[in-house]
Amino acid sequence: MASRVAFDQVVVGDVLPEKRVRITRLDLVRYAGASGDFNVIHWNERVAKLVGLPDVIAHGMYTMAQAGRVVTDWVTDPAALEEFGVRFTRPVPVPDDDQGAEVTFTGVVAEKLDGQRVKVNITAMCGDASVLGRANAVVRLS
Amino acid sequence: MGLNPAVIGRQYPPSPPYLVGREKVREFAQAIGDTNPVSHDLSAAQAAGFTDLVAPPTFAFVITHVAMASAMFDPDLGLDYARVVHGEQRFTYARPIVASDLVTVVSVIDAIRSVAGNDMLTLRSDVVDPAGAVIVSTTSVIVARGSAEEE
Repeated sequence: MASRVAFDQVVVGDVLPEKRVRITRLDLVRYAGASGDFNVIHWNERVAKLVGLPDVIAHGMYTMAQAGRVVTDWVTDPAALEEFGVRFTRPVPVPDDDQGAEVTFTGVVAEKLDGQRVKVNITAMCGDASVLGRANAVVRLS
Repeated sequence: MGLNPAVIGRQYPPSPPYLVGREKVREFAQAIGDTNPVSHDLSAAQAAGFTDLVAPPTFAFVITHVAMASAMFDPDLGLDYARVVHGEQRFTYARPIVASDLVTVVSVIDAIRSVAGNDMLTLRSDVVDPAGAVIVSTTSVIVARGSAEEE
């Protein structure tokens, strides 16, 4: 499988398709089961508030997974991803309603590297808050 | 307060083998909304050159986070788990994890530092195949919030 994005046609500053993700309590429960991360602050409001959080918060790794999809949905080939890292800078509170939280992910080509690879910088915004820092990926193009 | 720097460089025995299940890959991909056919449809995965369903990139943490416990609960380290938050996560891939991979995790304490009253532990956990080759190397920064911190 090869990346559907051609290295020669990409320039620094290119913007990847934006991704808006709505996160509800159901999504967190499903992710808890699928990932095995049953930390109470991701599903129990009483305990979340007891430890000083504004509400139940999304798993950092759930947010990271969505950030990764910005890159893997772009190239389509999951084997093209070589490196992927984030800092968890702010929590994503998920209220107990039908709307949940919305996080907007964007990616921009920051650098062209050898071996037909590019570095992509990713941002993740929940309202006015940036919830990931230094989020970036190195991906091999075709 | 204060992690023990003597444990820097300590490596932990390999975790028990973890067999990556096809339905687990599907379940995880569905939970994060990843609809890439190579994570759901075996014939699509094989047509793309993979031996089995492809786990999404962050699936590695499903395997490593359990194995990390041996380091995090090392009594010599002195980590107060109640104050712990996940600060940073990084993956370096040699190849994607695929269903039917039989893997173990080897964890080593890479660094310990203190920033603004918080202890920060850098833990490297490598997901390795039966021959010992690293499939994914993961680095996690675990932050133990200082007890003096006002929230």
